[in-house]
Amino acid sequence: MVKDQEFLEKKASYCLALARKLGATDTSVVVKNSVSETVNFRNKKLDEANRSDDLGISITTYIGKKKSSISSSNLLTDNLNILIEKCVETTKNTPEDEFNSLPDRDLLAKEVKDLDLYDNSHIANEQKIDYLKTLEAAASGDKKIVNTESSFTQNKSNFVLANSEGFCDGYKTSSFTASSVTVAKDEKSMERDYEYSSKCFLKDLDDAEKLGNLAASQTIRKLSPKKIGSEKIAIIFDKRIAKGLLSTFASAISSSAISRGTSFLKDKVNQKIFSDKINIFDKPDMLKGLGSRNFDSEGVKTDTLKLVDHGILKNYLIDTYNGKKLNLKSNGRCGGTSNIYFENGNISFKDLLNSNSKSLYITETIGHGSNIVTGDYSVGATGFLVENGEFKYPINEITIAGNFKDMFQNITLANDLEFKYATNSPTMLIEGMVVAGK
Amino acid sequence: MYLMSNFFEKSDLSRKEAETIISDTLQKCDDGELYLENSKSESILLDDNKIKNSSYNSDLGFGFRAISDEVVAYSHSNEISKNSLRQSSENLKSTLKSVKGTYNHEIPKSNKKYYDNINPIEQKSLNEKIKILNDVNDYLRSKGDKVKQVTANFLGEQKSVEIIRSGGETLSDVRPLVRFNVSVMVEKDGRKETGVYGVGGRQSYDSYLNDDNWKSVCDEALRIASVNLESKPAPAGEMKVVLGPGWPAILIHEAVGHGLEGDFNRKKTSAFHNLMGQKVASEGVTIIDDGTIGKRRGSLTIDDEGTPTEKTVLIENGILKNFMQDRLNARLMKTRSTGSGRRENYRHIVLPRMRNTMMLSGNHTQEEMIKAVNKGIFAVSFGGGQVDITSGKFVFNCTEAYEIVNGKIGSPIKGATLIGDGPSILKEVSMVGNDMMMDPGIGTCGKAGQGVPVGVAQPSILIDKMTVGGTKL
Repeated sequence: MVKDQEFLEKKASYCLALARKLGATDTSVVVKNSVSETVNFRNKKLDEANRSDDLGISITTYIGKKKSSISSSNLLTDNLNILIEKCVETTKNTPEDEFNSLPDRDLLAKEVKDLDLYDNSHIANEQKIDYLKTLEAAASGDKKIVNTESSFTQNKSNFVLANSEGFCDGYKTSSFTASSVTVAKDEKSMERDYEYSSKCFLKDLDDAEKLGNLAASQTIRKLSPKKIGSEKIAIIFDKRIAKGLLSTFASAISSSAISRGTSFLKDKVNQKIFSDKINIFDKPDMLKGLGSRNFDSEGVKTDTLKLVDHGILKNYLIDTYNGKKLNLKSNGRCGGTSNIYFENGNISFKDLLNSNSKSLYITETIGHGSNIVTGDYSVGATGFLVENGEFKYPINEITIAGNFKDMFQNITLANDLEFKYATNSPTMLIEGMVVAGK
Repeated sequence: MYLMSNFFEKSDLSRKEAETIISDTLQKCDDGELYLENSKSESILLDDNKIKNSSYNSDLGFGFRAISDEVVAYSHSNEISKNSLRQSSENLKSTLKSVKGTYNHEIPKSNKKYYDNINPIEQKSLNEKIKILNDVNDYLRSKGDKVKQVTANFLGEQKSVEIIRSGGETLSDVRPLVRFNVSVMVEKDGRKETGVYGVGGRQSYDSYLNDDNWKSVCDEALRIASVNLESKPAPAGEMKVVLGPGWPAILIHEAVGHGLEGDFNRKKTSAFHNLMGQKVASEGVTIIDDGTIGKRRGSLTIDDEGTPTEKTVLIENGILKNFMQDRLNARLMKTRSTGSGRRENYRHIVLPRMRNTMMLSGNHTQEEMIKAVNKGIFAVSFGGGQVDITSGKFVFNCTEAYEIVNGKIGSPIKGATLIGDGPSILKEVSMVGNDMMMDPGIGTCGKAGQGVPVGVAQPSILIDKMTVGGTKL
């Protein structure tokens, strides 16, 4: 069982009181407990069962404008005493930083709405095994599939965030995640692909058979890939890759990158950085949302932000420290975005495929090729050649490259947005990128 | 002198009682152990002219593992108590309902140690560390107006581990680890570029930072950033690639290292699984994975199952010789553990992992290689890489590279991703240099959500054909 609010609050208030006694002028504490149970299957048999129970505390103490922090998984009073003393000592010896402070009191979240983030139901390992049996039976139906690895995880978490300004709140969250990774083989090649579903509520999880079938068909269609020549070509990003470009955008507008001057989007507020039709929202109060929250990791209230309005950048993602540095108020984005998404475009997936006589449909990228200082982008990719709206053959061992400044201006979105992750995008077309192959 | 952690000191659980629960739980299992870990780590960060963060972490916990045939049951907790260990034992038993194996008590022994029993965090005061970071900042910013941002940090750690096996056999290790990183951003005519460099290993901070040698770390980061200010778009397409010595060996790590880990080969999901004994690289290419090099970041006295590490020959003169094994995969593949069983911490199961992966020297010079290239690139510094084990395709991202035109090094080019095919790329190696070098000690390898410190090494090499992911057609 995940620890209750009372236990976590008690630990938090103990730490606040002790830090104060030892000389801290301000303190914030997070106490978290997370209990996970995972069952893994491989080739239709039980492979691994894993239970984890993690308790953790992190404490930040301030003395005036000096700050230091500690964290630990050992919450016994003896250990907390040693650590808090060490933390306050370190704080005294750390140089001042004029921007260090707790959030402004009037920005702290006052009401905590029930966002439907916790499902009380428990799925026993036997039931997880039943789900995985069905999933793997579906995934391994085709004889081209030579290996299946599937997993089911139930996670229940609880946390309390408290600070010396009187803020003390937290809530339980749950997640149920199923995934399947399959390997397919033919005479010429061996390929891997996957499918995945994660929900706050058990009953919302994708059907096991559907998930297994998708994993298998997505893998089989990659067999016998070809390498193409180097050229300038229109690129269509599958939703699972398009969301990565949105994450890169989010890191480039984080107030830390902006205040440090290490983002290609610095000083771009109120400027047009995307094509006209692009709107981007970050909506923290979606019911059952995978990124939903009532307040950010400092306790600051979070409202929905329209980050991009018809191509124009409207907001950075601001926390307390970097906000003070930039002379802006925190908008509750310490720790990043909540549920961020591109609003739907106005053409169908089919029309997007048809919009160029020849394009590349990308289903996977590898490598860490996004540079937010320069905006340069270069990654390894696999996908399919699309001609006249039809998938022709699979492609691999190529790279795709461009610069976000140009790429963002050339985005067209389909109207197939779904909320499968915390960061979501419809299928995305970008014109003018370069493929390197043969 | 720092003593071992005594994991049972403040617990209601005695060592004797723990041993009884372990032996009882692992009866009739094929393998398993209780893994106890106590780690202390610190991070001090200077950024944007200020000490941005000083933090300290202490982590304590256990992971209890029982293995029957191919099935692994695992349970971990950060509470070392009678109640908690018993609950874990029940979890394991409920997963492995009808076990009928024979526990394998055999585990090799060694008295060798590859690092000293020290706690680097305590060996230098906070004020000294802060002073060095401020000196780093002042030094780099004194190099001219083009320096717009400096980030520098220390990471230090001491990890004590103890492995208790069925029957009470106990193995232990205390592992120090430090790292010092510098990142600098420069700007000229509105153009911004960054350079990153770092050093580290299993020694005290002073072993890397004495006598102002932190300045050479700063100089290197600034040099890379400055080179990039002059860079032009990278070419796109297949061409010859010369790799410099040292850190570019992440090519080896991605292209062949992961594919030679035991688990992927037992499951036959690695592109290498049916290539044992076959030619997978050009003649003259020898690759080893070595956990025994003193004080290196990837070295370990014993792995996280208690097996002493070793020097494992993976590819000898072009022929595939060995996979890297933990106990589970070794048993199922009827071979022995190579001391490659590792985990990020007690929260994670053991997987076969790399330690220090190295290509040994040949007899060519870097100069010869450059001369042999009409059109290609010379790549010196890299950010990181990734591999798709199954298709064998891998990438790595260069952060400092130059074009080569008619046997001469030309202008610097922008960072680009290089992509290749693991099982065939080493057959494209046409010259192996005589200048093998270790990386500076900054690598972390990720697999199945677990990060572990690793090292790489290689001499300069010439690859006849590789795809460069630039934008210039």
